[in-house]
Amino acid sequence: MSEQFELSKLIFGRLSWESIPLHDPILLATFIVVVIGGGALVGALTYYKVWGYLWREWITSIDHKRIGVMYMILGIVMLLRGFADAIMMRIHQAMAFGDATGYLPPHHYDQIFTAHGVIMIFFVAMPFVVGLMNYIVPLQIGARDVAFPFLNNLSFWMTAAGAGLVMASLFIGEFAKSGWLAYPPLTGILQSPGVGVDYYIWSLQIAGVGTLLSGINFVVTIVKMRAPGMTMMKMPVFVWTALCTNILIVAAFPVLTAVMTLLSLDRYLGMNFFTNDLGGNAMMYVNLIWIWGHPEVYILILPIFGVFSEIVSTYSGKRLFGYSSMVYATLVITILSYLVWLHHFFTMGSGATVNSFFGITTMIISIPTGAKIFNWLFTMYRGRIVFDVPMLWTVGFMITFVVGGMTGVLLAVPPADFVLHNSLFLIAHFHNVIIGGVVFGTFAAITYWYPKVTGYKLDPFWGKASFWCWFIGFYLAFMPLYLLGFMGVTRRMSHFDDPSIQIWFQIALGGAVLIGIGIACFLIQLYVSYKKRDSLRDETGDPWNGRTLEWSTSSPPPQYNFAFTPRVYDNDAWWQMKANGFVRPSTGFMPIHMPKNTAAGIVVAGISAVFGFAMIWHMWLLGGLSFAALLIAIIVHTFNYKRDYYIPVEEVEKVEAEFEAKRNEVLA
Amino acid sequence: MSIHRTLRNIFFTAIIVLLSGCDTVVMSPSGDIAAQQANLIVWATILMLIVVVPVIALTLLFAWRYRSSNKDATYSPDWDHSTSLELVIWAAPLAIIIALGALTWVSTHQLDPYRPLDRISEGKPVPEGVEPLIVEVVAMDWKWLFFYPEQGIAVVNQLAAPVDRPIKFKITSTTMMNSFYIPALAGQIYAMGGMETQLHAVINEVGSYDGFSANYSGEGFSHMRFKFLGMREENFDEWVAKVKAEGDELSRPVYKVLEQPSEKNPVHYYSSVAPELYDAILNRCVDAGSVCMKDWMSPHHKNHDSSANPKARHEGHHEL
Repeated sequence: MSEQFELSKLIFGRLSWESIPLHDPILLATFIVVVIGGGALVGALTYYKVWGYLWREWITSIDHKRIGVMYMILGIVMLLRGFADAIMMRIHQAMAFGDATGYLPPHHYDQIFTAHGVIMIFFVAMPFVVGLMNYIVPLQIGARDVAFPFLNNLSFWMTAAGAGLVMASLFIGEFAKSGWLAYPPLTGILQSPGVGVDYYIWSLQIAGVGTLLSGINFVVTIVKMRAPGMTMMKMPVFVWTALCTNILIVAAFPVLTAVMTLLSLDRYLGMNFFTNDLGGNAMMYVNLIWIWGHPEVYILILPIFGVFSEIVSTYSGKRLFGYSSMVYATLVITILSYLVWLHHFFTMGSGATVNSFFGITTMIISIPTGAKIFNWLFTMYRGRIVFDVPMLWTVGFMITFVVGGMTGVLLAVPPADFVLHNSLFLIAHFHNVIIGGVVFGTFAAITYWYPKVTGYKLDPFWGKASFWCWFIGFYLAFMPLYLLGFMGVTRRMSHFDDPSIQIWFQIALGGAVLIGIGIACFLIQLYVSYKKRDSLRDETGDPWNGRTLEWSTSSPPPQYNFAFTPRVYDNDAWWQMKANGFVRPSTGFMPIHMPKNTAAGIVVAGISAVFGFAMIWHMWLLGGLSFAALLIAIIVHTFNYKRDYYIPVEEVEKVEAEFEAKRNEVLA
Repeated sequence: MSIHRTLRNIFFTAIIVLLSGCDTVVMSPSGDIAAQQANLIVWATILMLIVVVPVIALTLLFAWRYRSSNKDATYSPDWDHSTSLELVIWAAPLAIIIALGALTWVSTHQLDPYRPLDRISEGKPVPEGVEPLIVEVVAMDWKWLFFYPEQGIAVVNQLAAPVDRPIKFKITSTTMMNSFYIPALAGQIYAMGGMETQLHAVINEVGSYDGFSANYSGEGFSHMRFKFLGMREENFDEWVAKVKAEGDELSRPVYKVLEQPSEKNPVHYYSSVAPELYDAILNRCVDAGSVCMKDWMSPHHKNHDSSANPKARHEGHHEL
């Protein structure tokens, strides 16, 4: 009897039927919807016999363009999940006043706000930013792929595996109830003995490996693989911001990995790094996590600054104003982002001198950021601005972001922070910069580069509808939160006593609903544009009269990107080529050396996810086996010597001739 | 163009919402420290608006003026540099930040929560010989325990203080990290297990104010609220007398029961407190036989339990 018990413990660890939340009607309904929806999707894929295609062309693909698209899809899917969490919180907070307790018990509500933050940062914003860099950077520097194509595929699948674990926590066990940064001692084993924090740790560890590898990959790609003539100061601004972001990733993510490891040691092996007793100090965790966490916000926003630089200059039909000051501003932000982490916890009781040091360094960041805003402003000055959808997002961003920047600098004044810290003012501030910056920028980027990726533009009507819903929805949802912050309302509350503030939460809910409509408009836009793709078709490869090298390729670009590596003379390389009457060569092609697809990425990531799941549930047998399998899979992959192939000259000639013919047909 | 009118309307609505924040508890508080903090918010915001307003205005202006349909506007596609303009672009924010940085340095030192008060309100220095009222604050799961060492009493979920007398809070926590915050009185500071933070403040108006934890600490966090009562001196004395008359004894065993997680605790009075209890909570040695943190490094600690070994009390390290 007891032996049997031991055996089931060894195999299943803490997992039992009680771990499946069948008793929660909300989760049960969600689960049923997911099963039906997932079943329908799998059925459809099988019916249309696309599994083979998906496997060969996408899942095992090491083409940076395919991987970029997969990152974007992951981001969009997770955005829906993160938004579902957001709207649930908004509804709950609009209800839970006085005697009304709202519809979510605290243990459920607490998981939702944690999941919302974790998902939005790690599995929405990060995939969006990494996806954009994946697609655009190699094209902009005139390269055929990234430096380590296989690693790129592995990075994506590791990120997806982390996202998968977070999603699994919805139906198997629970997620952390700790807030998105999981501060101990709340996340210590004494206070949180359940699996929630372990889901948090392992999903971030696995996704973090992916992000770190991706960072290394892009630093090497940008440093080593630029087209001849593209000196550092001739790189497009997006490439500059991507370089700085990836340097930040390489420097910051190991800190996250280390701090998660320390927390795991506390939880799994009873160590005392962050406990209250035995010499542990939770404040060490808070410092370490923000040493990663603050650079993280610049990891997200820098590439978006690059996106806006490209868009402003393209739609203004003008060179970017102040290229070199843009570059130096980016570098200054990169360095300073490491000197400000303490502003997240002025209230910890550091001395006045320490607090003012970190307050002032934080303010200094607003100088290069302000310079960037002015540069975009003077790029518009004396331009010929075409208000296509990406430009709408850009103007919306410029207005919204300066407000967010201002409230951010206000929070950097320590005595002001003492009264606003952890209040809804803080929530409004960071949504102000993340929605107004990262989200607006991502939608601008998607609209801008969509024709490059798919060969047809996005329908502008639904794009404008989406923009206005997001823009107005943002102000409706978050201006009341600024105000509530001044009323001393703190974050993460699942219940309020004072009925007089309920109206502001109801307005905020209205804003969130409007944002939801904005997301719906975006999805409709994808569908409508696909339906109307023939009339939205771009055969020229350069629908916006672009300035950088990606617009010199066909839409979508051929697998090898460039038949000939371009030679660069100007930071607006393609603009300069067009101005000098560039003629596409039609002869003299060579076979092109390309990397080969591999299943190793999804295999390694899949085993990692199993290992993570086993560790979360204390399934030691499965944990040991999967770890061994992980090592074996990696070693086996190193013996794979069939990693490359050549695209024959005839095929290159054919592809190039087809593009040229179609292009001439349209331009004629 | 209606787009720009909408943008402008939204902007002004935002400003109005922000302005209506003026009569909120944070912006018009009842304690001198919080009042100075509110004042600082106003000045910092005005300083920043010097840059922010022109940027927003110029964005809208340029977006309108240089729209592609306006063929009257100058178009210079290759104009991408102007040294003098770049100087302004960098210098203007720099100038603002120098001003704001100076303000930050001075105000951060002035309003350092560890710094004893030198005034009770504008133009009213602390009278000679007035000592601050000492309150020892313990954040618990999920309630607040306040010790009044001078008065020898303790209270759960209610705090009272005489108006215009400086208060010195010494703050710790039993387990979770919380943040001790009474918006009407002064800014918040974290309450952390095994550590002591401090806050100096003064309440200037009689009234009942909200106090709560401003740092999420788990399941019962939302109900971790208490009333802070600003009282006239004589009323405060009556309140103390009432606590003494109606309260129970807070012995260590009683404390161990209180320490268990609980939610929505009613106000509870304790007329007497076990000796050195706050110190034992801070040093994590309430249990008989446990070694206090402050004694770990001492060569003599052996296995003494702190109640049997009342060493010299350690004051916070941050005394200025």
